[in-house]
Amino acid sequence: MGRLTPIDTTYFKDERAGDFTVIGSAVQRSDARGHVTGRTLFFEDLTPPGLTHVKIHRSTRHHARIDRVDVSGALEVPGVLRVITHEDVPNNWYVVLRLIGVGPDDEPVLAEDRVLYRGEPIVAVVAETEEAAREGAARVVVDYTDLPAVLDVEAALADGAPIIKQAGTNHFVYEGHPCRRIRFGDVERGFAEADRIIEGRYSSSPIEHAPVEPTGCIVVPQGDGRLRIHSNTQAAFFTLDNTALILGVPPTSLRVVGGTVGGGFGGKVDVIVEPLACLAAMLTGRPAKYVYSRAEEMQVSSTRAAEHIHIKDGVMDDGRIVARQVTLYVDAGAYSRHSPYGTTKAAAHMPGPYTIPNVHVDCYCVYTNRTPSSAMRGFGVTIGDFALESHMDHVARELGMDPLRLRLKNAYRDGDMKAHRKIASGTALVEVIQSAADLVGHDLPPEYRAMSSAERPEG
Amino acid sequence: MPSTIVTLKLNGTERELIARPSTTLLSALRDTFGLTGAKRGCAQGGCGSCTVLLDGRPAVSCLIPVVTVDGCAVETVEGLADGDRLDDVQQAFVDHFATQCGFCTPGMIMSATALLNREPAPTRQDVTEAICGNVCRCTGYEPIVTAVLSAAESRRDGAAEGRHDSAAERRHDGAGERHRDAAAPLSGKAAG
Amino acid sequence: MAIRQGRGYAAVNYPTGMNLGGDPSQALVHATTMGGFVVTLSSVDLGQGLRTVVAQCAAETLGVPLENVIVDTADTDTGPHCMGTFASRGTHRVGNAVIMAAREAREVLLRVAADELEVDAEDLETDGTGFVRLKGAPEKKIHVSEVALAAHFRQGRTISGRGIFLKEPSTPVPETGEMDPDSCQAHACTVAEVEVDDETGVIEVLRLYNTYEVGRALNPAIATQQVEGGAWMGLSHALFESTEPYYPHSREHGPLDFAAYLMPGPADLPEQTSVFLERPAGNGPFGAKGIGEMTANAPIPAIANAVFDAVGVRLTSMPFTPEKVLRGLDELRAGRAG
Repeated sequence: MGRLTPIDTTYFKDERAGDFTVIGSAVQRSDARGHVTGRTLFFEDLTPPGLTHVKIHRSTRHHARIDRVDVSGALEVPGVLRVITHEDVPNNWYVVLRLIGVGPDDEPVLAEDRVLYRGEPIVAVVAETEEAAREGAARVVVDYTDLPAVLDVEAALADGAPIIKQAGTNHFVYEGHPCRRIRFGDVERGFAEADRIIEGRYSSSPIEHAPVEPTGCIVVPQGDGRLRIHSNTQAAFFTLDNTALILGVPPTSLRVVGGTVGGGFGGKVDVIVEPLACLAAMLTGRPAKYVYSRAEEMQVSSTRAAEHIHIKDGVMDDGRIVARQVTLYVDAGAYSRHSPYGTTKAAAHMPGPYTIPNVHVDCYCVYTNRTPSSAMRGFGVTIGDFALESHMDHVARELGMDPLRLRLKNAYRDGDMKAHRKIASGTALVEVIQSAADLVGHDLPPEYRAMSSAERPEG
Repeated sequence: MPSTIVTLKLNGTERELIARPSTTLLSALRDTFGLTGAKRGCAQGGCGSCTVLLDGRPAVSCLIPVVTVDGCAVETVEGLADGDRLDDVQQAFVDHFATQCGFCTPGMIMSATALLNREPAPTRQDVTEAICGNVCRCTGYEPIVTAVLSAAESRRDGAAEGRHDSAAERRHDGAGERHRDAAAPLSGKAAG
Repeated sequence: MAIRQGRGYAAVNYPTGMNLGGDPSQALVHATTMGGFVVTLSSVDLGQGLRTVVAQCAAETLGVPLENVIVDTADTDTGPHCMGTFASRGTHRVGNAVIMAAREAREVLLRVAADELEVDAEDLETDGTGFVRLKGAPEKKIHVSEVALAAHFRQGRTISGRGIFLKEPSTPVPETGEMDPDSCQAHACTVAEVEVDDETGVIEVLRLYNTYEVGRALNPAIATQQVEGGAWMGLSHALFESTEPYYPHSREHGPLDFAAYLMPGPADLPEQTSVFLERPAGNGPFGAKGIGEMTANAPIPAIANAVFDAVGVRLTSMPFTPEKVLRGLDELRAGRAG
């Protein structure tokens, strides 16, 4: 029997009451037996006859103009069937989130006259074998003129920074603003009233999803002319709809079959491999596989964005935080992917699970010449929480206050207005802190022990 | 270099294939014999998801040219269960919720099997060393370590009582198998 | 030079779903001839256990045994739309859609059974073991397989249901950021206990204590998998993970393989002690909130704060490499000396 995390039913006793038959039971996973016998079929376990292989020639430069692309060497490799350049892609420019109205289309499926990051795809090679495809991709010759590269978010926004994006700014534009803003109360008045100002700067490096199963797909042409896409995508219709738009075909000509994924963590939400594999299948009339090598999975699959976060708090000596200003930079890398969305999510998350009357948040989605970042488990929030909760500890130390009492004093409660003007409900920060304190025998005074998310103590 | 005929004793059965010098054991298993339990996670020997037993020892099959193991015994995850009856390691992985996405599971189970074949009473450190070449990104490893230790215990119990497969038999009520995607509750509600 | 111990705290909340462009998922449920119930989706199980958990939601709602439920996903030819598996939305959105579809199917099931038993459908209930029975007179009952056969071959009705969950799109107000981007919030508090070697800068996480408020643990074993695996990922992010080469440090994208991209292995695990609290969300399936992402978050600052507690170094940049610890210690010493 697997270990079960116990449920402490003394908290929220009335709310959690319920009479269930199978909900709340530690039912065995329906997929476990397939996993332990090797019967679970992942996309790459499919071996259709006549399978071709797609490999990519990628940019060796961070930022460069492409002067010439010579594919003749690739075509001489025995077993190479086709090369695919941007001219073969019906609608080469896209942004995954256009399905929900995010624009502009800022990323080419295959690079045209410039590359914006090292590893950007330029030419796809389709071959009888993986070896031939790899060899063909290696034989493509690209002449570049290097352009100044920007590898840091704050440098990208500095005066005089080279503009790397066609849209004309190195940041996403939110309805005329250079950043997603939260404005709540009057942060300057809050700072003026505060007993002290406590600031902190936090940052992170990019992080890989590193799923053990690489991102990939196998596309099999069907008798009726449709393409069946066996994919480890995390979002079947995202993949279907974006692929159809890129290929300029009706969505009914494609079918995505998936649902078994060897780890995603957000890395398999971008629609990268399917359009080119479909194109390879359409151009050769044969099944095509495009799966990242481990090196590609490490190098060119999206990352968790690097972030820079500055926090400035106005704090009273009794521990109340009366103002918080957050400036947050998300390194989107070269292209948008899901980052404009994640940056808004980061803004909505501020100022953390605390009720602070004056909040001022600027979250920038910044383009650099780094590998594009995108969704990853907790994106917009994980690094923000690192900054917020490190800063809470910093504030507690500055005040000489118990770090849990500081949090309990400021914790949001039901009915509080959050900075993005949503009324909090179903809150439980107070209770998780009380419970965790119990786990380690951390002493809380009776008034803190008596606190509840359902009501705010007077005074 | 020409292709050659290679003979493997594959999960107990002699099998032959024609292999090029560059054909890996992993490719032979997956592409020639259709045994896709061993996974290709990196093709660099770095993730362990292609682990099989080669003459009883764990090996990353993605790095081994199959021509170099002509005549060897190869065991894969597909060879562990007796029909529908799971072996102790497989059953322990199910019982202890040691699988999430499942991609590392076959390799993990083969590394664990190699350990238990050589050391019936492993310590926790033996287990962590045995699986240290197998990357899992989902579970945090703890349930896997627990499962391997538990499998060792049930094997010892079975051996002591002279009925090696009893644990699997006892548990194999088939309840979870009647429908493709459903399983019976193993227990009542979580402790409250 | 010494090994120093410290304890650090962090508390977080995490939004379920994100509906800045609409955030829907759909489900279909239908009965087969002998009373199997097929839940048809296009949702993706990444290993988090979605297939199992939505089968539980369907069985609970239909009032039939779990063994009667089949989950068929993710095929875009057969499964209705699902936005995808991300943003801690799967269990919440898909679970809700499945419950709605299962309710509709259950209504038909009871109507067909009522005609067979010649009673009113309102007077019927399911017993969870496979029978539909008359309330107050449990001996008057009919098995769901009989009901399904009757629907197919005598009554000519489809026992089926459709479900969708959509939290309507929210568009942020550009000036103020006013928005309603999510459905509910899960919560977590982590206490980390670490050892820091002030000679090498190496941090060892000894213990993680976690309380998670999850709304409802639909399957406590699978929820346990999520929190344990997530806390491991948080630890991994905190101490090791970076695409940037450690030395000489640069912004290049370094690693090509698992040897260069560092993560903790099975010998590097802290002891984890966890507790769930349940404050059911009014809009969640049986109250469940999304927890898949949150579980990685609190351990990171808790570890940083524990390092401060141990050696007085405030780590402000992830990952917390030994070099950063040592540089922080150097600064402290320089400050004391100066």
